[in-house]
Order: sequence, then C-alpha cells, then structure tokens
Amino acid sequence: MEFWFNEMHTQNVQMSIRVERQLFSGESDFQRIDVFDSPEFGRFLASDGSVIFSEKDEFTYDEMIVHVPMAVHPCVRRVLVIGGGDGGVARELSHYSEIEAIDVVEPDKLFVDVCRQFFPDNACGLDDSRVTVTYQDGLRFLRAKQDEYDLIINDSTDPLGHTAGLFTKEFYGSCFKALHDDGIMVYQHGSPFYDEDEAPCRAMHKKAYRSFPISRVYQAHIPTCPAGYWLFGFASKKYHPLGDFNKKRWEERGIKTWYYTANLHVGAFMLPKYVEELLEEEENR
Amino acid sequence: MDMEQQKRAPVYEALDRFRRQRVVPFDVPGHKRGRGNPELVELLGEKCVGIDVNSMKPLDNLCHPVSVIKRAEELAAAAFGAAHCFFMVNGTTSGVQSMILSVCKNGDKIILPRNVHKSAINALVLCGAVPVYVDPRVDQKLGIPLGMELCDVETAIEQNPDAVAVLVNNPTYYGVCSNLKAIVAMAHAHGMKALVDEAHGTHLYFGAGLPMSAMEAGADMAAVSMHKSGGSLTQSSLLLLGADMNERHVDQIVNLTQTTSASYLLMSSLDISRRNLALRGERSFQKVSEMAEYAREEINAVGGYYAFGRELVNGGSVFDFDVTKLSVYTRDVGLAGIEVYDLLRDEYDIQIEFGDISNILAYISIGDRIQDIERLVGALADVKRLYAKPPARVFLPEYISPEVAATPQAAFYAEKESLPLLEAEGRICSEFVMCYPPGIPVLAPGEVVTREIIEYILYAQAKGCSMQGPEDPEIKNLNVLSGKEARNGILV
Repeated sequence: MEFWFNEMHTQNVQMSIRVERQLFSGESDFQRIDVFDSPEFGRFLASDGSVIFSEKDEFTYDEMIVHVPMAVHPCVRRVLVIGGGDGGVARELSHYSEIEAIDVVEPDKLFVDVCRQFFPDNACGLDDSRVTVTYQDGLRFLRAKQDEYDLIINDSTDPLGHTAGLFTKEFYGSCFKALHDDGIMVYQHGSPFYDEDEAPCRAMHKKAYRSFPISRVYQAHIPTCPAGYWLFGFASKKYHPLGDFNKKRWEERGIKTWYYTANLHVGAFMLPKYVEELLEEEENR
Repeated sequence: MDMEQQKRAPVYEALDRFRRQRVVPFDVPGHKRGRGNPELVELLGEKCVGIDVNSMKPLDNLCHPVSVIKRAEELAAAAFGAAHCFFMVNGTTSGVQSMILSVCKNGDKIILPRNVHKSAINALVLCGAVPVYVDPRVDQKLGIPLGMELCDVETAIEQNPDAVAVLVNNPTYYGVCSNLKAIVAMAHAHGMKALVDEAHGTHLYFGAGLPMSAMEAGADMAAVSMHKSGGSLTQSSLLLLGADMNERHVDQIVNLTQTTSASYLLMSSLDISRRNLALRGERSFQKVSEMAEYAREEINAVGGYYAFGRELVNGGSVFDFDVTKLSVYTRDVGLAGIEVYDLLRDEYDIQIEFGDISNILAYISIGDRIQDIERLVGALADVKRLYAKPPARVFLPEYISPEVAATPQAAFYAEKESLPLLEAEGRICSEFVMCYPPGIPVLAPGEVVTREIIEYILYAQAKGCSMQGPEDPEIKNLNVLSGKEARNGILV
C-alpha cells in the first residue's frame, strides 16, 4: 500500500509526502486539522490540507522568528505571540530569563489540544509559568492593547485562509499601537517564489513598510514551504535588525540551536536580487 | 409551512434530471452547454453553462408556469406566508414596477414616501399615475430618512381619498421600519391597496425577533430582494401577493415587461435559496443578528463611532429596527461616511455597502464569519487612530412639501428647456434634484420650482450639502418643461 499526502503549492506544482499513518482528523469552526506520521518528515500537522509544521523542519522557523528579534532588542520583558498555539515559539522564548510574560493568543482551541496530544515537544513551551494562553481572535485581543509589549510575534502563516485578518493594515496598525516605543514585531512573510504567492508577499511588505519606521525582511530554508523558501518580516519602531544586533551578548547566552547562529543572523537579511527588487518596488509604490 | 415539502426544490431537481439525460441541444442558447464558447466555460465553469438552458417541457416556462416553476413558486409562497408568489428575473426593480402597474392606471393617485426608490418613480412614468408624497421624518443627528409616521399617512389619505394605493419602503436601507400593520389596516379601511418595497427585508420572514414582514402585516403585495439577504444570485427576486389580489391580472402585468427567456441560473438560485431559508433560515439569521449586535458593541467601544441600533425606536418614524443592518455614524471622528468607505476599500481591502455624508453601512449576511467582523472593527479602530479629525456636524435642511403639477409621465415626455436656476421659478421641473444629506429629493420630474425651493438649493449648497441628479452637476441651470404645456398647467 502506498499512502501519500499531497499539497498543491500552486495549481501546477504539488508536494507529496509519503505517509505511514494518519493519527488525527478533526474540524473546528476555523479549520480542518490532520496529523500524520511520515518516514521523511516525522510527524506533521496540516491545516485545510496545507502543512503547518513537521517535526523535521519546525525548528527552523521557531528559531528564526524568536532569536532574530531577541538578539536585537536589548531588554524584552513582555511578548505577545499571535497564533503559535503549537507552543514552538513559546518554547524558544522560554530560553530567555529576562522575559516576564508571554501571552499566546490562539483563536482555535482544537489546534492547541491537538498539538498538546501529538506534539508534546512543542507544546511543552506552553507549560512555562510565564505563558498565558488566550483563546481569542488576534485582532480582537489587540484592539484594547496600547503600549504593552516589547515584542509581538505573528506566527500565523496563511494570508488567504482563516488568519487573513492578521496580514492586514489594521493588524499592523494594531500591533504598532500595542507595542512600546522601542517595540519590535516579527511575522511570517510567506514565500516570494511562485507567481501566485508573490502578490500577498508584496502586499505584506507594503503594509508593514508604511506602518513602521523600520521594516526589513529576512529568509530561511524550510523544505515543507512552497519552493522550500520562506521569508520573515522584521518591523520595528526603533531598533534596526543589523545596526542594533548584539552578537556578543547573544552568543554569551549559550542557547542551543539547530538553525540560528549569530553569523546566520546577518546573512539572513542578505536577500536574492529578485526579492530585493520586489520589496523595493513596494517601498517606492 | 409544511417542512417536508420545503425540502424539495422543483426547479433545481428538474435541472438535475435534465442534466443526466444528456439531451442533444438543437435549441437556444447557442453556446450549447458551453461548447461554442470555451472562454465562457473557463470563466463560469462547466456546471454553470450546462444548466444555462432554454424553457422546455421538462423545465417549464416562467411566462406561463404549469409544472416545476409553478410548484417552486407555490413552495416559495408557502415559505413566505403569501397567497401567491412570482419568480422575478429582473431584480426587485421589476417587482416594484409590477406592484405599481398592477394597481395604478393613468391618472390614479398613489401615496408614497418621498425617499421612494427610483424604480417606483419610473413605474409612474410608465403608467401615468400621480404621486402623493409623504414626508419621511429625518433623524437630526444621523441625517438619514426614517419611516412613515402613521399620522402623516392618515393626513395623505384624508386629503386624497381617491388614491388607489399606499406604498411603504420597509425596512429602509438603514433598517428603519414603519408601523406596517397599522398603515396596511388604514389603507384597507379606505379601500386602498397596501404595497411594500421590501427589498431589504427577505430575512424578516425567517428570523426570530425581527420586525414584522409585509405578508404578516396583511399587505397586498411585496417585492422582496432574495439576492440581498436571501442568498440567491444577483438580479433574482420575488413578488409576493396577499389573498385579495387577482393573480391572473398581476401575471399579465408581470409579462408586459418580463423576458421570454428567463435564466434557469436565476430561477434555480431562487428555488435553492428558498429551501435553504425555510430549512435553516431561523438559525442563520439568529447568527447574523448576533454578529451585527456584536459588531455594534465593539465599534461603539472603539469610541468616536456610533453604530446605531434598537435605541432609535420611538414608536413613530422608527417604529421598529432591523438589527441585522450595521450602520455607523462617523462624523464624531471628523470623517464623512464616504471618506471612511474609501479608506476601508483603498487602505484595508474592505468593501462595504455604501458611505453617505455621515454614515457607513456594512452589509452583514449569512455569508459572514466572525473573523471578518473582527477585521471590520479592527480597521475602523485603525482608521480612527490614523485619520481622525476634529468632529464636524453637517447642516441638515428641512423638508419642503413638493407641489406636483404634472405627472412624472407627462414631465418625462414633454418638451424641455434649460434655464438658469433663478429664472426657473414657477416652471415645472423635468429632472430630479436630490440633496445629501438626507438623501431625499428636493424636486422630482413634474414638480413646480418654487421660490422657496430655489433658496433651499442655494442655501444647502452653500452649507456643503451634495446636490445630485440634474444634467448640470453644479445646478446653475435646471431643465424645465417648455412651451404651452408648462404654462397651462394642465398635466395632472
């Protein structure tokens, strides 16, 4: 018997992962969630048919979305994680002792429950005593927040699905308002490679660029993402991701990582020409 | 309503049977299930072009329904509590016009609210009836037209005992409802028919705790936009009849202007939507009401905005309020409704129904999800944060009773000339002049341009009101009737 999981990355490209068995399938008000075991990627979770993370490559974006801003901001005390119900981001944040509070806002309780059951290595991040999980729409949560956070991490991945509201001008505006005067927001910036992904990727940069004084983009290699190539956004009120990067301080912390290094931090902001060009076009639009 | 029967969808089922038969088409439409027009198939999909077919025996004919369309209309009538129902394929405009043409002939008087939809005035152009206008009251803060007061309808009836019908616009775009039951009873007591433009009221027939529907109020006819809150395809609509209407006569009127090639896409969408509403409407509209109420609370919590609701109810001009309508007064954040409307579209990728001088209206329906509501509220909060200005009130002119000198029909067909506004005094106007706010006509075709109206136009313009309608957008000139027709004043 052959059992394959197929995901359409575009109308003309699909990614297939051989599956050993399906462990879970369920539907909430927000999405359909499936969990599989696979020989190559280990256990992975799909939302509405798209891979959200796998055991094999989740460390890449959890590390990249946490350590990059943490190595720039001199003192992060309060962090807001939008989405991130799997706990991977909270797990990386828990390495930092100066953090006092981590608010994780996830609309879908089923997602958290499924991650707790099938991905305990991620979900353990939610058990840190500094973490508070709130089951609420991210925009709704943010609306009442003003000048409260040092760092906001938008861990939602899909600008077209049920988290579309987290890729909008009002979201970036709400984050700006919720951050302290020296706050940073990082977010999943999508993949720029395929034609149909380019427009949302452009739109995100355009909105962030107009909402924050500093807005830069960095990259990582994530095999289960479309074209295996993924971008992150770094939007900041004060600190520059390279100018204010404190390599020595971060290395002294001795945090064990698999993807992120202080050298890679700098390299991640060096983008291919075509990406640089499309981002610059949006900045000058 | 027989729920087992309501599970059926006769037109849809007939189309489904027909599709399986794989009949070879030697009839219109000429695209032949799309084969002759591959680009159309690419656009609409095979399923859609496959049921774009002509009237034929197994599929019945809208011009003279005897089988599946007749049964579908009967099911719709039962679902809406009507004695009879017509499927309409040219929008609620055709429904409103059929209502008026069914009860009015040349020279008959009909009582209407002054802010009546254009389709009703156009019906008067077609049939030559004489309008008698009732002043819709205006909310002084919001600057929106309200419903008809019972006492104003009573006055109009007493002054025009020869009128043949009263038309009510219920609910309004903004969700304002008149005392429909009492207006219908009053019209009937004076031997007049009661007609209801219910374009914004499909859901009233299915939701719990919503204002009274036209059929429940005993109206003789109602035009219902299924494609608005009912979920059917754009342009599909229903015309409902009460027990005292002669359906054969209305059928003749409908067929005066109705296509003989009615679209099965539109008709099947009416059929399926009726079934959906009958089976699941109450739960769906409960959810719509809850979403709209939630949005109101959240928008009001943002501050500056006023999302109005049931607190407007005053027993008269706002007899009841349809809570599914989400309108927001934006003047206190210093922005006109139309400015917020543009910002939402251009900056936030949110398209709302409309913005006027002081308000926006977001249409909430069975297709909405709570996360989209959060986007709307979030965007309004961000608009306030980034674009707010000092609050500004707008000038709201008083209502002037029109002096009807010619029927809309006579004015439409008469010889016309353009005169400078100040020289038009005493002449009969041949065009509309609308004033925003409050979106009520100052002049309609066939009405006398009085000194008072000229001063009103100049004053309202100077105060920043937007005047729309005339050929000359600045209204320096006005089209009026020329020649002896105008001077003799013989047209009514």
